Amino acid sequence: MTAFWLPVATLWWRDLLRFWREKARVLGYVGSPLLFWLLIGSGFGNLAYFFPGALVLTVMFSAVFSTMSLIEDRREGFLLSMLVSPAPRSSMVLGKILGSTTLAWIQGAIFLCFLPATGYAPGAAGVLEAVAVIFLIAFLFTALGFAIAWQMDSTQGFHAIMNLALFPLWLVSGAIFPMASAHGWVRWLMRLNPVTYAVAALRQSFERQAAAGAPAFSTSLIVTACCAAALFAASTALAVRKSARSFA
Amino acid sequence: MVSVENLVLKYGARTALDGVSFEVREREIFGVLGPNGGGKSTLFKVLSTMLAPASGWARVAGFDVARQAAEVRRRIGVVFQSQSLDRKLTVEENLRAQGHLYGLRGRALAERMEEVLSRLGLTDRRKELVESLSGGLRRRVEIAKGLLHRPAVLLMDEPSTGLDPGARRELWRYIEELRQTQGITVLLTTHLLDEADRCDRLALLHEGRLVAAGTPAELKARIGGDVVVFEVADAEEMRPRLEARMGVRAAARNGSLRVEIGNGHRFIAEVVEAFPGAIQSVALHKPTLEDVFLDETGAAL
Repeated sequence: MTAFWLPVATLWWRDLLRFWREKARVLGYVGSPLLFWLLIGSGFGNLAYFFPGALVLTVMFSAVFSTMSLIEDRREGFLLSMLVSPAPRSSMVLGKILGSTTLAWIQGAIFLCFLPATGYAPGAAGVLEAVAVIFLIAFLFTALGFAIAWQMDSTQGFHAIMNLALFPLWLVSGAIFPMASAHGWVRWLMRLNPVTYAVAALRQSFERQAAAGAPAFSTSLIVTACCAAALFAASTALAVRKSARSFA
Repeated sequence: MVSVENLVLKYGARTALDGVSFEVREREIFGVLGPNGGGKSTLFKVLSTMLAPASGWARVAGFDVARQAAEVRRRIGVVFQSQSLDRKLTVEENLRAQGHLYGLRGRALAERMEEVLSRLGLTDRRKELVESLSGGLRRRVEIAKGLLHRPAVLLMDEPSTGLDPGARRELWRYIEELRQTQGITVLLTTHLLDEADRCDRLALLHEGRLVAAGTPAELKARIGGDVVVFEVADAEEMRPRLEARMGVRAAARNGSLRVEIGNGHRFIAEVVEAFPGAIQSVALHKPTLEDVFLDETGAAL
């Protein structure tokens, strides 16, 4: 037990410590979605609608980009000393993912402080629910970031992939326009997009009811949780696989 | 402590290790000497369980590196050529994280940390961020990290890389002290002759093959006598004439002729006498590991 959880805890703690020492990063990941939200929300005269989407964007950015530290770990050699240690690979993956998840979660929680400005009044239960949903979303994106970062050598390449894949997914997730108003194939795309369910789950913890055409809260939660679990499994499988390239 | 038998490893079509075998005894400081690209780093990766061999086997502290990697990992301390510290953390935080990866914690970990910090003279640096330390100090932290869990075997890849001569001497003092006080076995790779000279025994690795092994003295004794190097106007033209006249074997390299001979000073006198005016300069030295390497491979280190 100790042999598994001690490495998890120490890698988690390390991410938090590094984050604390580079506090400027918080501003970066919370700042731009915040600006985005204020501009778009004010433009449409509807701060409330864009709030869950902007919050998901914050979590997505910070989760995915804090997994970039994995590429730095590889380049700076820290990863090597983890790999030759007797700690199980699965515990390294979990520690690393929990660390980045926690950071993204904290940044999502900071964003959540702007909830009163939206006019939503979900009550304490709603806020707690939102906090839990944010953790799940953070885990989802961190696991995704891990699976991709594990195979990358450069942070530039990672940026490119993430911008190309993640931002469009976010655009058609119901963050900007609801599924009910989408036409033809875009609606299908939205239905297939896992991010749709993440945004829907968060939105419903604020609205306390499902909007017309949006997936139900339970469905959203189940889909998000399943995606998170699948990506975690994929990350672990990648890390366990022995490949000469990964250690170059 | 380390046995390697007929080890073969390929990167695609390229053979990085081609049937390497050797033994490292307990408490020995064993060096793997060779030029960059000769297979040293690949060998290091196999012994530190990062790469599995295509065929043959390697055992460290009695366990097979490919099939019993977890057992091997518990018993080896690894010091990488590139640094493996988290620069944003302090010395102490790096060591603590390392200890946790090895299942050490609480009192036991604190005691081990005290010991390695004081052994490596890092006690007063413990609260400093790694990024603020000099190269020599960082290398010491790396070694401290490698020793934290009391490994039976310390594996070091090019430990002197990036160290100035002073820091290099320090490093060797630590290595020898470790062997004395802890009975640790050390296997290191190097391309530096002075470093290789300080090892108890050496393996010479060239193009993935082990070309010679033995103590530095044994290896040098293979050449026997002296090495004489003549600077001449045209080495290629001169070589057959020298060989025919003196009955020796000479190697032409970079405009000079190199001869291994039992009695160097007499030989020089004879050559200068026999070829008046042809010799521009002459040098005589006792065989070095460089000579051994040249002799075995025809290539320079």
